[in-house]
Amino acid sequence: MIRTLQRFTPAGWFCIAVILLLFGVALFAPVLAPHDPMETDPIRRLQSPAGYPLGCDQLGQCIWSRLIHGARLSLMIGFAARFAALLIGLGIGLAAGYYGGWLDWVLMRTVDIFLAFPSLLLAIAISMVLGHGLTTVILAIAIVGWAETARIIRSAAMELRSAEFVLASRAMGASDIRIILTHILPNCLPLVTVIFAMGMATAILSEASLSFLGLGADPSLPTWGGMVSMGKDYLWIKPALSLWPGLCIALTVIVFNVLGDELRDVFDPGRKGNWA
Amino acid sequence: MLEYTLRRLVGTAPVIFGILLIAFVVLYLVPGDPAATLAGPRASPEDIARISKEMGLDRPLPERFVTYLGRMVRGDLGTSVVNDRPVLDSILEKLPYTLKLAMMAMAFSILIGLAAGIISATHRGGMVDRMTTLFAVTGISVPVFLSGLILLYVFAGKLKWFPTSAFGAEQSLWPMMLPAFTLGVRSGAFLARIVRSSLIEVLNQDYIRTARAKGLSPARILVRHALANALIPIITVVALDFSSFLNGSVIVETIFEVPGLGRFAMDAILKRDYPVIQGVVLFSALIFVFGNLLIDLAYAWINPRIREEMASGKA
Repeated sequence: MIRTLQRFTPAGWFCIAVILLLFGVALFAPVLAPHDPMETDPIRRLQSPAGYPLGCDQLGQCIWSRLIHGARLSLMIGFAARFAALLIGLGIGLAAGYYGGWLDWVLMRTVDIFLAFPSLLLAIAISMVLGHGLTTVILAIAIVGWAETARIIRSAAMELRSAEFVLASRAMGASDIRIILTHILPNCLPLVTVIFAMGMATAILSEASLSFLGLGADPSLPTWGGMVSMGKDYLWIKPALSLWPGLCIALTVIVFNVLGDELRDVFDPGRKGNWA
Repeated sequence: MLEYTLRRLVGTAPVIFGILLIAFVVLYLVPGDPAATLAGPRASPEDIARISKEMGLDRPLPERFVTYLGRMVRGDLGTSVVNDRPVLDSILEKLPYTLKLAMMAMAFSILIGLAAGIISATHRGGMVDRMTTLFAVTGISVPVFLSGLILLYVFAGKLKWFPTSAFGAEQSLWPMMLPAFTLGVRSGAFLARIVRSSLIEVLNQDYIRTARAKGLSPARILVRHALANALIPIITVVALDFSSFLNGSVIVETIFEVPGLGRFAMDAILKRDYPVIQGVVLFSALIFVFGNLLIDLAYAWINPRIREEMASGKA
């Protein structure tokens, strides 16, 4: 474990630090934010009164407080969506890769179908069926994201299926479920962490895109994508309204992407260079 | 080759069927009665029932699905409930804008991706390589609505080099530059990674050393020997990106007011014009599937080894 941790480069440690910081901000948002993120006041509209570090938005809400609460929503939605996508992807990928045959064929064609839809449009269509709301956004991102995971896990499971320790275990009479849970799944775990880190980046980006188009969670909630979208109408007067939340999204997505790259190198030290 | 083509076509059929099925189910599950929507708020129940009958909504579900499949096979994507126009007509009308945007974005992407990828592969491990890595990670991670808004603010707003809206882009390429660049940077950043890794792999091969030993110029080695052999993964990424651009980037087209497919989809979503949304989603998915099919066929045509592997059922 410690040997593995030592393989992280400074960039990797930096990303881990930023991610921990983001989670800290998300966790303690109500304490850290100086104001109620949804408290409006027409007098403060687009002004920068004392005590408001980044000024106020078009409704007089404290931008700084909204950014802090935005971290909470972005990470929560990203984490939940990614977790759901991972569970579906793992289940389907393991089943397809381990059993093979017609089951594999049917499951992989389903994956092909889901990958064929443009992801943003599919997410939009799903959110229309389910109606607006936080749960909808999470589900939409999960339904769009599971297919890629299933495909990667499936090829890993296919390779492991004929590994010697699996054959030995089967010869000793272990059931399929037991083999999958005690041999195949644990050997997929490094891969799973890589997929999860990269997937967090994609999920946060998708949530922001949906909110930007006004199809995400309730627009009055302080989501980063929603803030960029609202600020867009005031682009020529006060570009900072869009810039700050936009930078928050970019930074969060960058650190998760780099962490994913790093994790891949950490678990696969034979590979040279930090690019796939 | 013919046998391979047929095999691939047959393999695609279930995927297309699945896409049609999902699009049908999604439209069916959308809350609200389409006949009531079409009839308007002041329609009597009898009117709604009549429209429902006309639209075939009173038939059993499997029968409706078969009718729907029949329409799709004939290329009838339905009619808009907002303006009563056939969806396919509107799509074909918007497509040229999106096509122009896609082609220009592609040009930017290839330019940026090849340049950055080649530079970092030939300067591997150095400062330049690190800078390009940083550019690539940033390019992939920055949401297009942020880069788009920044470009719009700086180059259209402050410097006034470009118009803020791409409406009226029929005549010139100029108004399309910013949206195309926004899309192109993102996929160019991704392409740079692919170019770099596939070039590095090729540059380690024996025949490159041989070419060097023969005294060929570095530029010639890079282009004729290295790049030519690193081309397959590069072409894959470029082709996949192109088919995703063709779907029209909803976000970029919204920011820069490009009257293409993406914006068309967005308008339909805001107006809850379900047949249009279904039509656009279907159209995009089918483009993606056939695009992939073409890429695969092109590989098999270029490289006979792939054909044989496919025939023996390995891939």
